[in-house]
Amino acid sequence: MTIVHDLAHARAGDKGNTSNIVVVAYDTAGWHRLQRDLTAERVAAAFAPVGAGPVMRYELPRLSALNFVIENALGGGVSRSLSIDPHGKALSALMLTIDMPNPE
Amino acid sequence: MTDQRLRIGAGAGFADDRIEPAVAMAEAGAVDYLVFECLAERTVAREVQARQADPNAGFNPHLCARMRAVLPAAMRNGIKIVSNMGAANPAAAARATIEVAADLCLPRLRAAAVTGDDVTELVRARPDLMLMESGDPVASILPDLVSANVYLGADAVLAGLETGAEVVLTGRVADPSLFLAPAMFHFGWDPGDLDRLAAGSVMGHLLECAAQLTGGCFADPTRLEKQVPGMDNIGNPIAWIGADGALDLTKLPGTGGRLDRRTATEQLLYEVHDPARYITPDCTLDMTGIDLVENGRDQVRVTGARADAPPLQLKVLVAYADGFIGEGQVGYAGIGAVERARLAAQVVQDRLRRRGFVYDEMRVDLIGCTSLHGAASGPSEPYEVRLRIAARCRDRAAAAAVGFEVRAMHVNGPTGGGGGSVASVRDVMAVQSLLIPRELISLGIEVFGGRQP
Repeated sequence: MTIVHDLAHARAGDKGNTSNIVVVAYDTAGWHRLQRDLTAERVAAAFAPVGAGPVMRYELPRLSALNFVIENALGGGVSRSLSIDPHGKALSALMLTIDMPNPE
Repeated sequence: MTDQRLRIGAGAGFADDRIEPAVAMAEAGAVDYLVFECLAERTVAREVQARQADPNAGFNPHLCARMRAVLPAAMRNGIKIVSNMGAANPAAAARATIEVAADLCLPRLRAAAVTGDDVTELVRARPDLMLMESGDPVASILPDLVSANVYLGADAVLAGLETGAEVVLTGRVADPSLFLAPAMFHFGWDPGDLDRLAAGSVMGHLLECAAQLTGGCFADPTRLEKQVPGMDNIGNPIAWIGADGALDLTKLPGTGGRLDRRTATEQLLYEVHDPARYITPDCTLDMTGIDLVENGRDQVRVTGARADAPPLQLKVLVAYADGFIGEGQVGYAGIGAVERARLAAQVVQDRLRRRGFVYDEMRVDLIGCTSLHGAASGPSEPYEVRLRIAARCRDRAAAAAVGFEVRAMHVNGPTGGGGGSVASVRDVMAVQSLLIPRELISLGIEVFGGRQP
């Protein structure tokens, strides 16, 4: 079983109640798998249990990177959130746990 | 890299950032400008409250310590300082800087205070303005409004630099603009020269969180590719920018951390939504054509930034009082730790209900199991767990009761509960945003100091 952590690294940032998580592939092969299989739908499914979504995905092929913009991910926003991590810094680690389908 | 380049160092990347990296750059004379970005979304509102309590307060609490540490070497080496540490009171910050300078026998130093970001009265007079997050008119929060501050652009910082002051202190300014302005000032760039504004803005965006570009927020000990050397002494980033906008990134030799394509890619997309439209007050930045090329150890060249015209409207952050958050924690360990923590959570909630308290939102965290990823957490049965209950409400007494009832678990809860926290209550300062036409902004510049010795 491959997870995102095997292929890429990630960083989370916050704006209001929206988290953005950049996922950067370690190499070209990993980039092609991420580009094909780490869809907005797959990410949305992983973040649904924390009440987050919808999810937008942006591709940056020159940097082998995907940028995910995840709405409603920060418990109402940094200033009002009851979360122990109001900025959602740790959400990058949740992204890295996502299972990837096997390559064909 | 040539001598013709302007060298801009990131002095700090958030309000409570480390001070040593800026001092090291100043003492080495490695930069022409040090830019300290110290203002998060909520920070101005907190400082407005501090200013209301004391007219000489309301700026970054670490300003004097930072100035005391960095000014001697900065003035010796001809380094200018730009910062949004002015927060809610740039004039008081400039006066405090002059006092520190006098103490340090630097009587000629001048500090310019840039104002104009405070649009509280303007917002009060326009209750019809729409809040972007809730979709409600701003009238809905006016009774609880604490502050409204517009994101000023590079033109505001430029006006401060044009006074000739060695230190420019602002309140709310868009983070990239703090870095773009020195390049515009030094090279005389036209505000309509979008290619150069693109280069200067992407420089600012990459540097504004300081060590997050050079190995901060990066280390993962389980991956060979994610090792960060010398983390105790991470050096902050330095940009070398040319008159044509050519941009190279580096850091001080001998410092820890790392600067390469991987660290720069993570930071390039940090807090970015659509990479083709990253909006600042100065331009609309398009990052999709950017290449990051390693040119040697801890050296990255940035090319391909493009920009479109800036927005006609500027973003305003409005902060308003929004009730209270009460919180308490208690720990459990050994056999059945998680079950006992869950039982305690139930008892606390039942007691709060029995006392008649009502909450807008309540959250139960099992720290060690589900506190960070909630229901998405993987399965685990830890040896120990810490129960945390937090709730938000309009009534201060109800908020205070949360921590009180959690603390009562020491004698009134399941077996073996220990390490209860002192009950805490804090004011909620909520933040939303709105847009206003940029022609409503009027800048103010005031220069302090400059006494002849």
